[in-house]
Amino acid sequence: MEKNLDFNAPHSMGTTIIGVTYNGGVVLGADSRTSTGIYVANRASDKITQLTDNVYVCRSGSAADSQIVSDYVRYFLHQHTIQLGQPATVKVAANLVRLLAYNNKNMLQTGLIVGGWDKYDGGKIYGIPLGGTLIEQPFAIGGSGSSYLYGFFDQAWREGMTKDEAEQLVVKAVSLAIARDGASGGVVRTVIINSEGVTRNFYPGDKLPLWHEELEPQNSLLDIWGTPAASPEPMRE
Amino acid sequence: MTKSTIELPPKGGFSFDLCKRNEMLFKKGVQPPSFRKTGTTIVGLIFQEGVVLGADTRATEGPIVADKNCEKIHYMAPNIYCCGAGTAADTEAVTDMVSSQLKLHRYHTGRESRVVTALTLLKSHLFNYQGYVSAALVLGGVDVTGPHLHTIYPHGSTDTLPFATMGSGSLAAMSVFESKYREGLTREEGINLVCEAISSGIFNDLGSGSNVDVCVITKGNVEYLRNHVLPNPRTYTSAKGYSFPKPTEVLMTKVIKLKEKVEVIEGGDAMEE
Repeated sequence: MEKNLDFNAPHSMGTTIIGVTYNGGVVLGADSRTSTGIYVANRASDKITQLTDNVYVCRSGSAADSQIVSDYVRYFLHQHTIQLGQPATVKVAANLVRLLAYNNKNMLQTGLIVGGWDKYDGGKIYGIPLGGTLIEQPFAIGGSGSSYLYGFFDQAWREGMTKDEAEQLVVKAVSLAIARDGASGGVVRTVIINSEGVTRNFYPGDKLPLWHEELEPQNSLLDIWGTPAASPEPMRE
Repeated sequence: MTKSTIELPPKGGFSFDLCKRNEMLFKKGVQPPSFRKTGTTIVGLIFQEGVVLGADTRATEGPIVADKNCEKIHYMAPNIYCCGAGTAADTEAVTDMVSSQLKLHRYHTGRESRVVTALTLLKSHLFNYQGYVSAALVLGGVDVTGPHLHTIYPHGSTDTLPFATMGSGSLAAMSVFESKYREGLTREEGINLVCEAISSGIFNDLGSGSNVDVCVITKGNVEYLRNHVLPNPRTYTSAKGYSFPKPTEVLMTKVIKLKEKVEVIEGGDAMEE
């Protein structure tokens, strides 16, 4: 084997994550691939994690680091919600993420997008990239797949989209990134948060739009294994 | 004050002499001894009423098979078991430690342990050690909230899955699961699929081998099927044993006693301080 299958390599989420605001709330989106080196460790992971009833976070980078950060923030927000007697705001949630990401910047390899809805500011998206800075944005993209999406978002994002327009934009963007980024793949998951509550949606890999030179999905992998590809590596004793 | 700098022996602190020695030896090409790592196939799946865990039984030290029939399915709680891959000492230590924490927690609460509790304890320990505790685990159990299956990686990340594989044989085992797993398997189908996945690890992965261990956990019941399948029996020994027609001739039978040189007095006077 030429390629290195290192299972001791930290688990990292070569990822595409997206957060978009629309006129009544936010849409969060992510692919579902988690990899160790070149092996897909989980093809159906959920990278959109709940922090409170009305705030979610998209995780990218090291799986262990992003899980620990979101676990801590969820715990802090739970206490905060009890003390306050009302739901935490998105700003507070994002600021807690920033606090952990900044104070432990030397230990953590994770980029997060916090999104949610509260009665004071409505739908809000905050990006917390690697160094631990906090940026309020109308839309945020992250993970290895995001490099393929900057131009697309500059062109396609508009202010004041409807919920459906925003979700379609997110699904389209994630599927575009899945098509070009090897570290992103699987299914597309979305979370829509507004004054009404939270809706989770799931778009399986064979229902995603097809892009340039992509082939129609098959029923089974065995169907496309009919013709063997290049000859395998010679065997050694 | 003519000689103020006198060589004094160090009063304390660390000595790095051995580090320097090891560095020198390493530069000369001496390989330091390694830990016993279990090249492993471990798997788990959720079926109708519960969880099935499976493991091979080979432990390796580099290219040497160190143990041909070791146990890789560890006890965590009466309703929770855990398969371990990675450094054998670490998987053993971490599961034992969390198992004792769970027991104390049960004494404290008077309730059955939950799988998420075990999961959180394991992941926070592994995260604290930043991957240096190399334990890759498949955690399975049935609690008040139903059957659960999780994987835990050495760096502390966790996944929740309907079927999971770990260790060097995980690719071989996963290919079996990916082609044959479906929702709502029966108990028999679950056990058979786990055996097939482990067998594919045993036969196709150099780090895995020997027998198949299975553990079936259902609500209120655990069945630990040690060596459930034996696909590699010893074929080179005679079942009847060996007999030798002509025994060695006995020439002389005589016992010469050793001479006592010191007399031992039993129960003599106690020593004084």
